Parts: sequence; structure tokens; C-alpha cells
Amino acid sequence: MTLSRRNFFKLTGLGAAAAATPGAFAQNAMPGSADAGRQAYPVQPIARLDALVVNQPLDFAYPDAGSACQLLRLGHAVPGGIGPQQDIVAYSILCPHMGCPTSYESSSRRYKCGCHFSVFDPEMGGQQVIGQATQDLPRVLLELDDDGSIRAVGMVGLVYGRQSNVMVQEVSA
Amino acid sequence: MSQFSDRIPLPPVDAQTTNLTCHFCIVGCGYKAYKWPRPQEGGPAAADNALGLDFTRPLPPLAACLSPAMVNNLRDKEGQDWHVMIVPDKDCVVNQGQASTRGGMMASLIANGQGVSASRLTAPMVYGGTNWRPAGWEEAIALYAGLTQRLLDAEGPDALLFNLFDHGGAGGGYENTWATGKLIFSGLGTSMVRIHNRPAYNSECHATRDMGINELNNSYEDAELADVLWSIGNNPYETQTNYFLVHWLPNLQGNSVAKKQARFPGETVGRGRIIFVDPRRTASIAVAEQAAGRENVLHLAINPGTDTALFNGLLTYVVEQDWIDREFIAARTTGFDAAVQANRLSLEECSAITGVPVAQLRQAAEWSYRPKASGHRPRAMHAYEKGIIWGNDNYRIQSALVDLVLATGNVGGRRGAGVVRMGGHQEGYVRPPFPGGRPAPFIDEAVIAGQGRMLTAWACDAFRSTLNAQQYRAVVTKRAAIVREAIDQARGASTAELIDIIFDAVTQKGGLFVTSIDLYPKPIGEIGHLMLPAAVPGEMNLTSMNGERRMRLSEKFMDPPGIAKPDCLIAAEIGKALQALYTQAGNAAMAARFAGFDWASEEDAFNDGFRQNESELVTYERLRALGNNGVQLPVQGLENGQLVGTEVLYTERFATEDGRARFQPAPWSGLLPLAQAQKDKYPFWVNNGRVNELWQTLYNDEHNPARMGRWPATLVEIGTADAARLGIASGDLVELYNDYGSTQGMAHVEPGIREGQVFMMAMGRQGVMGDLATTAVDENVLPYYKGTWAAVRRLGDAAYSASVTGKSRHY
Repeated sequence: MTLSRRNFFKLTGLGAAAAATPGAFAQNAMPGSADAGRQAYPVQPIARLDALVVNQPLDFAYPDAGSACQLLRLGHAVPGGIGPQQDIVAYSILCPHMGCPTSYESSSRRYKCGCHFSVFDPEMGGQQVIGQATQDLPRVLLELDDDGSIRAVGMVGLVYGRQSNVMVQEVSA
Repeated sequence: MSQFSDRIPLPPVDAQTTNLTCHFCIVGCGYKAYKWPRPQEGGPAAADNALGLDFTRPLPPLAACLSPAMVNNLRDKEGQDWHVMIVPDKDCVVNQGQASTRGGMMASLIANGQGVSASRLTAPMVYGGTNWRPAGWEEAIALYAGLTQRLLDAEGPDALLFNLFDHGGAGGGYENTWATGKLIFSGLGTSMVRIHNRPAYNSECHATRDMGINELNNSYEDAELADVLWSIGNNPYETQTNYFLVHWLPNLQGNSVAKKQARFPGETVGRGRIIFVDPRRTASIAVAEQAAGRENVLHLAINPGTDTALFNGLLTYVVEQDWIDREFIAARTTGFDAAVQANRLSLEECSAITGVPVAQLRQAAEWSYRPKASGHRPRAMHAYEKGIIWGNDNYRIQSALVDLVLATGNVGGRRGAGVVRMGGHQEGYVRPPFPGGRPAPFIDEAVIAGQGRMLTAWACDAFRSTLNAQQYRAVVTKRAAIVREAIDQARGASTAELIDIIFDAVTQKGGLFVTSIDLYPKPIGEIGHLMLPAAVPGEMNLTSMNGERRMRLSEKFMDPPGIAKPDCLIAAEIGKALQALYTQAGNAAMAARFAGFDWASEEDAFNDGFRQNESELVTYERLRALGNNGVQLPVQGLENGQLVGTEVLYTERFATEDGRARFQPAPWSGLLPLAQAQKDKYPFWVNNGRVNELWQTLYNDEHNPARMGRWPATLVEIGTADAARLGIASGDLVELYNDYGSTQGMAHVEPGIREGQVFMMAMGRQGVMGDLATTAVDENVLPYYKGTWAAVRRLGDAAYSASVTGKSRHY
């Protein structure tokens, strides 16, 4: 069966966590990129700035409950970092090669996958240090509110195991 | 690359599906190419897409290997828009659904005029008036064939030089090796030919072949069955990734024990162990330690160039311990006593030369050769690659290694064993005999000495892949400039007049006419005069075999860009043009030498070459039926219409006249003198090789922003103490220099690198390891690329550290 995405897909809120801010979607999550406006990402509060400890990752799920991510404060400015020190980043932790969960090694500040030994650098935008993936670690786009709360607003890179980061499903016409 | 970074279109169930073997390394992973009209898309339900995967919920880990890099768009010559997806084939026994980071990028490279492929040659290009211009095939071939004929008639075949691929996969394969061999050897008859990666037309494995053992003698499954895997001068995680991950790793993790028990009843079996022979601590060693546990990994960190001493010490020791296979030696070999005598070296002497402690040497021998609890001899598979092939006297090292393997009975049909090269590209060689002798002429020195009039670089770039490369580049550029100057003056010249002008420049003024036949403009072509555009797998049908001799048909699913053609059909055009020119000249004898090029397709080249010379039974149709699993050569026959192959070679006879393998004496004789001279003078040994994310001369990668973002310059790994002493940080630009040349790269401080050693990615565009390589060669003109020494200094900070990770590449 052949489908036209525009007509036959609808967004599905997979899991309650995905819809933490019901109805709020970042329509242009990646301004200036080719992706702008292609997917409607949920806007989702993750944590408060003052609760983050340097080099200790914080688990969360985004854009839905089936997508494990981590928020990380690195203590110095890094590419893509937000916050007063531009040191806060977040990534999908599923290896973009074949989906095994990566683990954060705090001593070397690297994400490592035990299945096929890919290694990623959260201090360089998730760049693959070595490994078999064909993309870097998918990055979660973050924003910091005036009140000090950090929220996820979109992603760059495809999360493992999906056709689309924001899950879609076929509906009957 | 998909136009979206965060979603991919799915192929509908009726998408066109073809088989594609990976373009790149010898492992030859199987892929499926899906092609379907835009803007159609398959649905997320498993029944609604050709992948049969359920995307209505996230896939579990290891269910697929799929990313935006595996999808692309294409507009064909009729103006139809297509989606293309290229994904690893789960049913292929080689890779079992896995993609390496190199093969996984194939869809991103397809020729759609955008991205990486925007740099492809789409038409012949002719130099003139200080510039390049496109030309039609008729004009380009008339120039090439006309000049060839003039030179052949005036000076004979030695005026015609070729730098020529001899491998399978992209830029090679049976169709293309045959067509070029037929043109160059049978037609032109020149022996002034060198192979893509070395300065002469020789084998990388003369020694093992002389001993009666082809270098690809086992199956990938043997790596699952071995008690011990030897990885000698070889870094399989980065260079033969899926052979390592799919077939070695399960053994190292203990996941093939049941298979061993079933195959070898009554024999002690267990988790596999691995022994690395490498002066460098590699990414593969770090991975193996993680997978197998440190207690099952032995790293023999030999001093550079001392492999022969290592194998001779082990041979002497196992003979003393009587851990050898006397029955096998008596029944199936000759020359044992003489080799043992010639190679004799005590463990203490061996340790002093190699730098490996005696205890480690003993441990290696015990793991590999001491009978197991059940009384059976261990099954030890010995795999080697460029550390030996580009090592200190290729012929001698390979002889010493194969002597050890023969003495312990680890080749000749035994499963879980074999003495095999790991390989670079796939193989795909069928050619008429090379008209030169052995040793073959040292072509690159002949070029430097001013010999030859016309140089054709066919799917290779010696500017990045020879020794003494700086001088080679300088001389070729200078000689090509003489021809350019003459051409620049030829305003309004017809092709015939241009040939006269070029003929004069090359025969009277020392010029060299340079043609490059390739996918992209290459450095060696850019200084020349003619570029002819070629094709890759997917744009043509192509057959090759992988490292276990598994032959597949890689199927065409799209056209080459512009008016580019498969290499075999370019060779045919040249052959036909020469036939016509000689017929016109009334020279029937010469015309006859260029007969038989009337091919309509690459399949005609295959039928003329492989089927007439290797096996009549192998047809495109029969290969197509076998899909990505193909057949392991040699073909034994047909069973129910299907080709039947050969899993392991030499179960009864070796490839010698009497069927017995030959031991060859190979005494340790020190470093080759030219290498020793650099060692005496400069502080750093310059090791070199491939890097996981990049392929060979980077012909695709250097046009790929994703690759160049990670590797904007040539990698130079240096250890922590040396880096600190020289004030070098990761990301800094560094220069390496010695008596032969200077080159540069981007430093990466890697803690595991030993003091006094650096490792350089071999064939970058700006950083070329060959600039430092001496002219030391073995008796067959095999270069010692791995054996040079240089000084290192910091050049400065090129701001790479702002965009390139400096983290350790070791897991």
C-alpha cells in the first residue's frame, strides 16, 4: 500500500510523558534547517537548571516515552550547549547504529555502546569518535526558560528504530 | 543523505529490489537497494513496507540498521523522480544485517548530481588553453587511441605506462579487470604497468603462493570455530569491520561454543582467544579486551619490522616442544628440515629482537600450539594484512609465517584454521598473463627517471599511494607541464594536429601525457590532460569475490551520471578505436590484437573473461539466483541448477605440482638497509594504515561533509608523553619530515601509542604517508610502506579542536 504522509498520518501521543504540555508543539523546531516545519515536536519540561550536577547525566524520555534520552551539564561551554555557561546538552542514548542503549562513562566523558563498540562525544555535539553508525548521536534541542526550567523542543538526527522521531501511525480514511 | 535528518521514507512493498555488494572492503557485505517513485512511501505497518518492519512502535535493539544516510533521491534521465534506500541484507551470511559506517553510507554517495556526487565526472574532460573542457566520447577516444597508436608504432609498448587497479568491488571486478587486461596485455602488450597501490605489477602474496597456498584459503565461519585467532599486522575492527563483528566477536564472547561442540565431537572447546601482533595498541585490541576479557587477549607489541624473527622464534620453540603436526608434515609438505634449520632462533634471541618478553612468547605458543586437554592440537587461524604485506621484506615474513602454520598443521582443510590475508578491496581478478617478468619493472622509478611517454591512471591515484611520493608527484607534474605548455599553444588544432603536438612534446621534450580514468577528478588527473568518467557498482552489473572467495553479482539499479561508462566498456571503446585505426592503416596483424571488444554490456565482458578463463558454469542468471550469498569459488559444479562452491581450499592437495606444500627458508636478516638508514637518523617510527570512517584514497570521503567534519585533515596519532614533550595537543597541525619528503596531518593524542612511534592515516589528499616512505622494497618490488622514520614538529593550531573530538578512539 502506498501512502501520502500528509493525508494519512497523524501524530500519536505515545505515552503520557510525551504530552506533558498538552497541545503545545514546536512547529519550527530547527529554524534555518531543511527540517524546519517538517515535524511537530512536543515541548516538554525536563529539569530545573539548579538541579543539575556537572558530569552526572539525568534520564528523561523524548519526544515520547519510548525514546530514552539524557540531559548532561558539562561545566564548560560546548558546541550546542545552552544555559548561562552554554554547557547543557541532551542526546538520545540509543546507539544510532543498531539501537543498543549507550552508557555514559563519566571518567572519559564519552557515550559507549557495548554491542558494536561505537563511541560518541557529548562535548562535541554527539560526534562519533569511532564506530559503525552513519550519524552522530541524535541531539535534543533545548531551551531555558526565564524561571530556570529546561525544556526539550525538538531533535536533530533520527532516533534508532523509528521512521520518524515523532511517531506516526496510519489511520483509516 | 535523506533530505530530513529526523525521518526517512519507507519503501512500499512493491519497490524495485536489487542486490548490491558493498563497494568498499574485502568483506563484501550484502545490501538491498530499494528504488521507488517519489513521492510514494510505504506505510509504517510491517505489511505495508518492503522492509517488513513494524514502525508503528519503536523497533527493539538490533532489529535493523537504518539511518537517514541510507536514503537518497534520484532523478533519472527520463525525468522520473525516485527514492533510493540501501540497507544491509539480513539474509546475507557475511554481514547478517549489519552495516559498517562505510557501507552504511552508500546511499549518500549515489550519483544524483547533489552532495558527494556533485563532484563526479559526468563527461570526458580534455585539457586545453590552460583549462579543462568537457568533450564527447568520440573526440576523447580519438585523442587517446590516436596518440597510443603513434607511440606504439614509433617506440613500442614500453612508451605506454599504466597505473592499474587489480581488485574487485568499486573500481574493479571481473568485468573490468578482464577488459583492461585484454586491452593492455593482449592488445598493447606493455609490461610497464603497476598496480593501484604499489609501484610494480606483482603479487602481495608471492611467498605463500610459491609455497602452494593461495592467501584466501578458509571461510569466514572458520573464525567462529578457531581456538585461537591470530591478527597479524591487522586492525580488523576498523578495516574489516563486519568480518570482525559478525564472525570473530561471537567466538571471543563464547557464543560459538555450541557450534564447536557440534563440529568437533570429543574435542576440548571453549571461548576463543586472540593474539595481536602489532607494534601499536589499536582500536581492535581495545575492543577485543572488552569482548573477550583481558585474560583472553595477548598483544605481542613487536618492534617495527621484526615479524620474521617472531615467527622463527615460535617455530623453533614449537619444534623443540614437539607441538608440531608430524603426520601432516610427512604426508603433505616438503622442505621442513631445511626451513627449521635456516629459521632457527631461540626464544631469548627472538625476545631480544622483537622486544616481546619471553613469557609472552611462551604463552602465545601454549595457547596456539600446545595440545589441548582432549589431546587434539589447537585450531589456530592466522590472519594477516598490511603489517606483513607492506612489511620489512614481504617475501621473507610471509615465508616465515607460513612455515610456522605448516609445521603446526593449521592449513590444508582443517576447520577453525587457515593462513589468510584479511584483504583490502574485494578480489575480482581475471586477466591474460602479465607480459613482464618477475621481478616486475619498478614503474614509479622509471617514471622518475624520465621513461615512458603516456601514463594512464586507471581507478587509482599514485600521488597518494606510492613510496617516495613527493618526488614522484614532482616529476610527473613537471613532465605533464611540458605537454600542457605545448597544448596551450595549439589553438584551433584538430585532434590529428593535437596528437602531433603531444607526440613531439613527449618524444622530444621529456613530457608525459597523463590520462585519468576515474569517478572523480583525482590529484594525478588534475595535473594531466584527459579524464574519462567511469561507473561504480549499482550503475553497472559487477561481479567480485570477498575474503572467503564468495562471488556475488552486484546489480545495476541506476545509470551512471551524465555519459560516464563502466570501465570495461571504456576499455572496449579504446580497443575498438585501435582496431579501426590499424585496419585503416592496413596493419591487419595489429588490428587483430584489438579484436573481440564488440561488447554491448558488462555481461559480454564477463562472458568473454571470467567464463572463458575461470568457469563456464557461472552466469549472471545463476549468480542472480544466489543473491547476496553467491557462491564460494572455485565452483565445483551444478546441483539442481545451482552453483556449488568450495568452503575451504586444499583439503587434499596444495597448489603445487606434487600437491605438497613447500616450506621455505626465511632466516631473520634485520631491517632493509634504506629503512634502517632513516631509523638511524630520525626519532619517530611512522606507522600507517586505514581509519575506521574513511576508505582508501578517500575518493568519496573527501567530498562528503559528514566525513570531512570528523576528519578535516590526515590523522596523526601520537602518544601522550611525546605530545607533551613537543607541545602538541589534539587538533594541532603537525609536520612529519625525513630525507624523502615532508607531509602533514592533524594530531590526535592517543594514550596507547608507544613513545617514539606515530600512526598516520595512509592516503589523505594533503597528508600523504608515502611522502616519507623510502624506496626499500623486497625481492619482488613490494614496498616497505610501514617502515620509515621521521621527525615530528608542531605547525600550529588550525582550529580543528573546535569541531573535531579529541577523545580516545579506544573503547
